[in-house]
Amino acid sequence: MTETVMVDSARAVDWWAVVKEAAITAAIGLALTVIMVGLRTVESGGGLIIETHLTEVAWFVVLVFVGRAGMALLRQGVAVPVLVVSLAVAVGCWFVHFPSSVLQLLAFTAGAVLAIRALVLARIHRSPLSAQERDQRMDRLGARFQDAARYLGPALLAFAAVLPLLPFADRYIIDIGTLALTYVMLGWGLNIVVGLAGLLDLGYVAFYAVGAYSYALLGSYFGWSFWVCLPLAGIMASCFGLLLGFPVLRLRGDYFAIVTLGFGEMIRIILLNWYNFTGGPNGLTGIPRPSFFGIAVFERSPPDGVLAFNDLFGIPFSTLQRVDFLYYLILVLALIVNFFTLRIRRLPLGRAWEALREDDIACTALGINRTNIKLAAFAIAAMFGGFAGSFFATRQGFISPESFSFMESAVILAIVVLGGMGSQLGVVIAAVLWVGLTEFFRDLAQYRMLAFGLGMVLIMVWRPRGLLAHRDPTLLLHPRLTARQRQREAENRA
Amino acid sequence: MTAMLTVSGVKTFYGSIEALKGVDLIVEEGEIVTLIGANGAGKSTLLMTVCGSPQARYGRITFEGRDITRVPTFEIVRRGIAQSPEGRRIFGRMTVLENLQMGAVTARAATFDRDLERVFTLFPRLKERLSQRAGTMSGGEQQMLAIGRALMSQPRLLLLDEPSLGLAPLVVKQIFEVIREINREQGMTVFLVEQNAYHALKLAHRAYVLVTGRITMSGTGAELLANPEVRTAYLEGGH
Repeated sequence: MTETVMVDSARAVDWWAVVKEAAITAAIGLALTVIMVGLRTVESGGGLIIETHLTEVAWFVVLVFVGRAGMALLRQGVAVPVLVVSLAVAVGCWFVHFPSSVLQLLAFTAGAVLAIRALVLARIHRSPLSAQERDQRMDRLGARFQDAARYLGPALLAFAAVLPLLPFADRYIIDIGTLALTYVMLGWGLNIVVGLAGLLDLGYVAFYAVGAYSYALLGSYFGWSFWVCLPLAGIMASCFGLLLGFPVLRLRGDYFAIVTLGFGEMIRIILLNWYNFTGGPNGLTGIPRPSFFGIAVFERSPPDGVLAFNDLFGIPFSTLQRVDFLYYLILVLALIVNFFTLRIRRLPLGRAWEALREDDIACTALGINRTNIKLAAFAIAAMFGGFAGSFFATRQGFISPESFSFMESAVILAIVVLGGMGSQLGVVIAAVLWVGLTEFFRDLAQYRMLAFGLGMVLIMVWRPRGLLAHRDPTLLLHPRLTARQRQREAENRA
Repeated sequence: MTAMLTVSGVKTFYGSIEALKGVDLIVEEGEIVTLIGANGAGKSTLLMTVCGSPQARYGRITFEGRDITRVPTFEIVRRGIAQSPEGRRIFGRMTVLENLQMGAVTARAATFDRDLERVFTLFPRLKERLSQRAGTMSGGEQQMLAIGRALMSQPRLLLLDEPSLGLAPLVVKQIFEVIREINREQGMTVFLVEQNAYHALKLAHRAYVLVTGRITMSGTGAELLANPEVRTAYLEGGH
């Protein structure tokens, strides 16, 4: 390894090739920009005149030339000089006056990206480890983290449980916590399909939507209470899971993903167009709020014969009571999903899911009916999605198809993938990061998606299998077995 | 008395390509039968056709007298045919124990411990590696696991697809030793598909030679081993 590095760095840089490549790219850049950027029609007096912006074009061409030269040099193994120059560009561009802010942003992005790539390259060169060794080291790190997770999990849970009681927890914090927990629950639900069974589902939000509309419609048409509708919404979503499952489970890999994507969109478009039933783009308003298990309601002056929550406990009324209640409700729902997943991983069905993810042909060879266990994964995950959906509906009091766009599916999937497929704690961390960071970067307005994208790229570079990719065996040394083994070994020794 | 496994006139297609052009063979109870042939002769296709994936388009396959030609794969396993598939296909991220447990999904839970013990007797190495991730083991150990996993389903017929693939000669010898042991000690019927003709023929009671989808020769292992045609085609330049 060290030898190859030396050979690499000793290799002479082919400057002619670098200049040629950069010049060709710059020429293409010139051809593209000279008309689109260089000439602009401006209204002046009674007519249009053509204004020339040739300085912008020149800036652009220079930037393209430098950037491409940097890329070519990186490919030839020149890391440190490129790193220095690109960092200088990324930082320096904020102090130089650019003819337009677009150019400035371009210079910054290009500089930053090149700097990151140069850094990665420099580290690979310096490190005496092979890629495999680095992977193993990461795995060990993950395993150590997983050990820490044994304490981190309960600690996080305890924190989540007392959060509404903490002094700094105002309505804003609780709302964010509720949102984060909703994503945690959705992430855990989708984790069953994607993380355990290894089926890439791009339309999970469909089940979320089915759950939300089930409750909203049942609640507002029949006036049924949340506690009756919650299981119904789950069953309903589960039925849709089976409905989708039957035709698509023959498909594999990419084809499967595309069909689920289509299914998710279909549900949204039906909701959008079935105006009489779903209210179309206007959505459904006035969705009933949940009661305190049907005993009391969260209102200052409840109708006659109905108990108010604050009277039930003899405490003063506060609007926070309902917010806190919703927070605990989603916490409990999410924990049910978590508990279910942890349990089922130890049962034949859960293990069959994992085996299916590892190698589905081997699964058939072992006598597993693939269709049935895939359907089970689908239906169960859909049910949890339905629960989350009906919670969403009752919390918002208003739903419309807009809340169930593909973007939501993508976010939930990103949470599962970035957290480390199949890792329960990874999902929590990714969900909290997602909700936390989007809130934190709220000032960036539409650019916060850019920050999210950058985060995703970084995780894919450094942790390609997700934040916590380490898989915990479901039965590490069966206690019963070890006891007997120990006994047998003792006998052997005797 | 019918044979344990009979394959008669089986033709299997991949799309319009005829991979098996009418194959007949039988495996009697308690035998080790091997099928040798060159790359692409259709050995694995035949083995997979017995398992019902892909299913034979023409012909008939019976197991213990019952027709299994159109039975779905998972059901065939439940009837008592286990296979160690080509390329081993163990579950890499799961532990050895979990892999063995997956093998036992169709078996009765009551006998799990006994079956596990039996696998450990055959492959003591697996016992040492019990909680190791299967993907991190050596090729030979993975092959042992693949055979052990197949045995966990309490089969009456064991199908092995190229257990020697990519293994060092010493390990190959070891694996074949164990196959002989499984057959002798447990009376297991074994149908073995191999490219390593020398070892396979030495091990087998009877053997078939498959050439581009057709059985061209059959006989006892020793007969084929002595056959000049087999020698030139499959045994020259090695061993």
